[in-house]
Amino acid sequence: MAGNQSKHIWALVKKDFLLEIRQQYTFYGILLYVASTIFVLYMSMGEGPEEKVWNGLFWMIQLFICINAVAKSFLQESKGRMLYFYTIAGARDFVLSKLIFNVVLMMVMSLVSLLLFQLFLGNPVHNPLKFIGIVCLGGCSLSLVFTFLAAIAARAQQNAALMAIMGFPLIIPQILLLMRISNAAFADVIQAGLTSIVLMLVGLDIMVIALAVILFPFLWKD
Amino acid sequence: MRQYWWKILCIVLLLYTFIAGFLVKVPEIGNLYQTIRNLFFHVPMWFAQLVLITVSLVYSILYLRNPKPQYDLYALMYVQTGTVLGCLGLVTGMIWANYTWGTPWNNDPKQLGVAIALLIYLAYFVLRNSMTDLDKRGRVAGVYNIFAYFIYIPMILILPRLVESLHPGGKGVEGNPGLNGGDLDPTMRKVFWPAVIGWSLLGVWITTLYLRYKLLEEKKHAH
Repeated sequence: MAGNQSKHIWALVKKDFLLEIRQQYTFYGILLYVASTIFVLYMSMGEGPEEKVWNGLFWMIQLFICINAVAKSFLQESKGRMLYFYTIAGARDFVLSKLIFNVVLMMVMSLVSLLLFQLFLGNPVHNPLKFIGIVCLGGCSLSLVFTFLAAIAARAQQNAALMAIMGFPLIIPQILLLMRISNAAFADVIQAGLTSIVLMLVGLDIMVIALAVILFPFLWKD
Repeated sequence: MRQYWWKILCIVLLLYTFIAGFLVKVPEIGNLYQTIRNLFFHVPMWFAQLVLITVSLVYSILYLRNPKPQYDLYALMYVQTGTVLGCLGLVTGMIWANYTWGTPWNNDPKQLGVAIALLIYLAYFVLRNSMTDLDKRGRVAGVYNIFAYFIYIPMILILPRLVESLHPGGKGVEGNPGLNGGDLDPTMRKVFWPAVIGWSLLGVWITTLYLRYKLLEEKKHAH
């Protein structure tokens, strides 16, 4: 059963990647969104904001990128296609595959935006390897929460605006924890309690996955 | 008697809160002076909000397990009363903070917690009203309610670790996570916990009255 399930999930993830490769305009669309947002930011900020401002701006931009990258994951599926997936795979497999796909997508987008941030807004990061790790973890956390909210918004037949009002208050713990740990990458001193914060973040992520797996079947039924 | 004993209890506890709350001898802590009595009125409102959203969570879970329309209505009504109590708690806190801390809005974790709760549950109302199909509305709103609750509770435990607190007992990063209460004076505790129960019961009472009114209204439309 478990093997069968992972095969289902793998097939669904592969389908999402195939769609992404075949319909490249959506992928490039988000990429362009990332690039133009950061460029506008650069034009309005001038180069080299302070470390704290840089950090804050970086995570805010991640938030907006995440909403735009993840929003379409459920909205693009038509009603008929959803019904088809429902018959061939369980709701849990479906939501897990979406979570995996969005985590990978968001990580790529986060790394691209990190690169662009370095290019345009200067490089206050002292500890690049650590910061890349934090960025991956952050992209992962953001995409998990917003994937589930995208599922809710899609059921309510609403656009990304509803996702934003639902998501912004709920993402606050993750954003605060991320800000806190990314400060560690700006200074050479070792911060106390860093591992406990990382563990807290991972714990939150696991909880979000569990909630998504438990609650998604109720969303899906019609 | 079996039906309404808790209403009597609620009145008794609130009378006790008001009488004892204004008369009991309070310890003098820093610049709080007599404003410390606000604890009996402002903090319990926030506790009552927590109680009511927890009740709402229970009804949401019940609705998902067994989709009866009244469970959905119960969940909505408890959130509504909870939100009103949250607003009251926030406003009373802001008036108090204006005199004690100098400004109505400080970057205090407890204040932030209430503000976040208000944002979350206002989004809940928006989400509900965006759907017209009753069954779907109940299900989607229930799912959001559960999801939001389980993120909100860790949040109020994490926030105090990350933000400096001005509240009595808060010592910044090393401050107490979650809800304070351990550092409460024993005489104040004797008034505080009855006050919490009293305000929570009042919230439940208001909700049940409103629910009866709503259910009657629906019955009228059904005919």
